[in-house]
Amino acid sequence: MPGSNWELFRYCHNLMNSSETFRNKLTVVIPAHNEQAMVGAVVREVICQLDGLELAGFASEVLVVDDGSRDATFQEARRAGACVLRHVINCGLGAAIGTGFQAALRRGATIVVTLDADGQHDPRDIPQLIAPILNDTADVVIGSRLLAQAAQAIGMPLDRRLINWGANMITWLLFGAWTTDSQSGLRALNRRALEQIHIKTNRMEVASEIIAETSRLRLRLAEVPIAAVYTDYSLQKGQTNANSLPVLFKLLLRKLR
Amino acid sequence: MTPIQILGVLFLLFALSRVILRWRSHRLALSELVLWVFVFGGILTVVLVPSLSAWLARLFGIGRGADLVIYGSIVLLFYLVFRIYVQLENIEYKLTTLVREIALVQSTDSSENKPDHTDASGTAPSGDDTAGSQP
Repeated sequence: MPGSNWELFRYCHNLMNSSETFRNKLTVVIPAHNEQAMVGAVVREVICQLDGLELAGFASEVLVVDDGSRDATFQEARRAGACVLRHVINCGLGAAIGTGFQAALRRGATIVVTLDADGQHDPRDIPQLIAPILNDTADVVIGSRLLAQAAQAIGMPLDRRLINWGANMITWLLFGAWTTDSQSGLRALNRRALEQIHIKTNRMEVASEIIAETSRLRLRLAEVPIAAVYTDYSLQKGQTNANSLPVLFKLLLRKLR
Repeated sequence: MTPIQILGVLFLLFALSRVILRWRSHRLALSELVLWVFVFGGILTVVLVPSLSAWLARLFGIGRGADLVIYGSIVLLFYLVFRIYVQLENIEYKLTTLVREIALVQSTDSSENKPDHTDASGTAPSGDDTAGSQP
């Protein structure tokens, strides 16, 4: 019967298509701590971008790690359509990213993108960010706020620029990997990197740690230019100038251990 | 014996007895027993024989016995603080592992109730169904 053959063909085509999509699963990990104001909007924006990617044969998922928030971050993220994991107590950015990586691995992700929940990253940068991984020219990609355009142009304050430069210098001295934006929160990793990189530090040191692990494991590191939005809101959150010293201390200790 | 010596000896004997009792009830490792017996025993010896500290100080090229005690104490304190710091880091790491595991287990529980944002995995079974129901 030609009709049943046609059905069989459709069945096989569907099967092939589904295995095709499963070969590439992009998981966006968003660590969030007390971000009820922004996290919903960020998740929705990311999902919007991912829908575009799904047309190109990607499975995708947004994974928010609620790091012991005291506000409605969990509910807001879930309402926006993300899969939300909750830390019962606040453990720090590094811990949240580590949990996100673990969950992504278990859920079969082949590419993981991390993105800040405060809205300072533009999800439209994701396709650019994962391009080096899809071309198989890099295992870890850092989205650099300072690569192409002058830092001034994106409105990064001078004190942030100085601290950033110092952090790059220290990352290079301690771990032998030079990046123009070692503290960037927008990054992409392929599954190979995901399986090998083990995050031990709990807090803000995690940005340098991922770069350190990349160079230790001889994974390929690439940088792509991204846009960053410095709003009053995002400046209040995240790294403060004052906590850069403890971060430095922790990095030194990690090197000794 | 001066009153301060008597007080010192009494306190140190008390401290030593605590250490040994904790070791006997298996709440202290052998290495820790050795460390603390060495610390408290050493202080006890110096308290009982103060001239010993002066002799030791001369041996190390330090002027007075009291100076040696202070230098030694500072070094010891730094070391102990470092040890506590390392232990604290380890505990934090273990705590993170625990919190992470709880988060992962909870997410697998709840994901069975609520479908998440994977369009591709959602369309695959439905395509399967239509193909299967036709013949």
